[in-house]
Amino acid sequence: MKQGTGKLRLKEELAGWLFVGPMLIGVTVLTLIPIVATFFLSFTDWNFVAGLDGLKMAGFDNFTKLFRDEVFLKSLRNNAIFLLTVPVYMALALLLAVLINKRVYFKSFFKVVYFMPYISSVVAVAIVWQVLFHPSSGPVNQFLRSIGFNQPPMWIADPNWALVSVMMISVWISIGFNLIVYLAGLQSIPRDLYEAADIDGAGGWAKFTNITLPMLSPTSFFLLVTGIISSFKVFDLIATLTQGGPARSTSVMVWYLYETAFVNLRIGYASSIAAILFLCVLAITGLQWIGQKKWVNY
Amino acid sequence: MFALGILFLLPFIWMLSSSFKPEQDVFNYPIEWIPKHWNAIANYKEVWMGNHPFSAYYWNSIKVSLLTTLLSCLVSALAAYGFSKVQFSAGRWLFLIVLATYMVPQQAILVPQFILYRWVGLFDSHLGLILLGSFSVLGTFMLRQFFMGIHNEYIESAKIDGAGHFRTFFTIALPLVRPAVATYAILRFIWTWNDYQNPLIFLRTDKLYTIQLGIQKFSSINGEFYSLIMAGSVSAILPLLIIFIIGQKNVIEGIALGGVKG
Repeated sequence: MKQGTGKLRLKEELAGWLFVGPMLIGVTVLTLIPIVATFFLSFTDWNFVAGLDGLKMAGFDNFTKLFRDEVFLKSLRNNAIFLLTVPVYMALALLLAVLINKRVYFKSFFKVVYFMPYISSVVAVAIVWQVLFHPSSGPVNQFLRSIGFNQPPMWIADPNWALVSVMMISVWISIGFNLIVYLAGLQSIPRDLYEAADIDGAGGWAKFTNITLPMLSPTSFFLLVTGIISSFKVFDLIATLTQGGPARSTSVMVWYLYETAFVNLRIGYASSIAAILFLCVLAITGLQWIGQKKWVNY
Repeated sequence: MFALGILFLLPFIWMLSSSFKPEQDVFNYPIEWIPKHWNAIANYKEVWMGNHPFSAYYWNSIKVSLLTTLLSCLVSALAAYGFSKVQFSAGRWLFLIVLATYMVPQQAILVPQFILYRWVGLFDSHLGLILLGSFSVLGTFMLRQFFMGIHNEYIESAKIDGAGHFRTFFTIALPLVRPAVATYAILRFIWTWNDYQNPLIFLRTDKLYTIQLGIQKFSSINGEFYSLIMAGSVSAILPLLIIFIIGQKNVIEGIALGGVKG
């Protein structure tokens, strides 16, 4: 009998490994080993063309170089500015979610409408915006001129406006996702809270700030974390719209990483950027887990 | 509210309407939302059957997206079942390790992945691209939530009847979580179809290009032919839109539920 259960246990152990095996192999080969490799390569000086013999250990050289590298610092600064999109689209999404939630009709129509930019491919969307923002003949500027702006901005062709333009498009794309998550959050708030507030004679604004906002704080927290992290990873939009230009005005860390690795073929240096990117994301996740205890209502 | 929705859609409406116009009308102002002159058939014919035919890119995208979705669903469902319904001692910490990798930004590991692919010969192949998208922590996590919702009695009674875990998985557990698998499948398909970064880095041969690379190449070659470029953009977005509208409920629920972004 005892031997029987022992055999059963062994079978269960084996089954476990078999079920998770494929996933485990994939994660190990495609994520775990590469992340170790990234950190290792970040301390080397290596060029794609050189082959394995050309690999030299460089210690912290790459990192000290990075923090004196104007382009990298500019990219880092742009990343920081890009963070501003997160509160903007969160606020807009919340506003829209509250409005849509009140409506009885056309709910799913609005969901589809606001979700379309999120579901569409960034490449197609970027191409459309590129044309819309065309400095001389684009519809946006033609419209602006027709209502009296004689010198409308050049949008993505203008170093002062390019980042703002990309950020505007990013907001437009991200609203849908945030809206859907907020709608789900709104639906889980118990009705009786509002009824109780009605009895107390609370107005719409009071209900919003005293019930809706606090009850949504876990949702907001979640959206903030994912939003900030994804703002660090923005690549498709930059790659298809501006390629980091004009004059580096839209270069972000990930774009610089791509350029360094796959255009200039400097593996070691690119890996240091990757390591910093990883640490940034890690730090944000960590900070927010600590911070959430203070202001999230569960 | 309605007006705001329309405003939100304007870029799409402009894209669609431009794709029907002859080139010289694209930038007419005031904007002709409904084209005065139609050139739709010629535009779409050029896009689909011209020098850089979208039909080929389409086929590549369909192939890569479908196979990635299938493989990813299988791998994720197996792992999700293993992590939730099989009692093995390593399960708990293995799950934590897998979950932790979710935090790794994909771009931080691109370079080693690239080197690895060059070494093992997966570079510039559809198989390589499919494998990249097939080991999804997110899918595993999502499906695990659903497997946990299945009562253990089901599993145990199957066991008493003499079914091993694999039979239980395929005949009992998997059918029970079918809606969740469908949701994840739609999301994975959309993400793979829309993926630009991986094909950009891991594909070189024009013949292998997926639609996202195809449309970008098309737009850089056709430079000033905006009506054609818009027809291409419409073509790239349309299938997804159809899938999304059909599977709307699944997609929205999946997003809201898992709070997923990827």
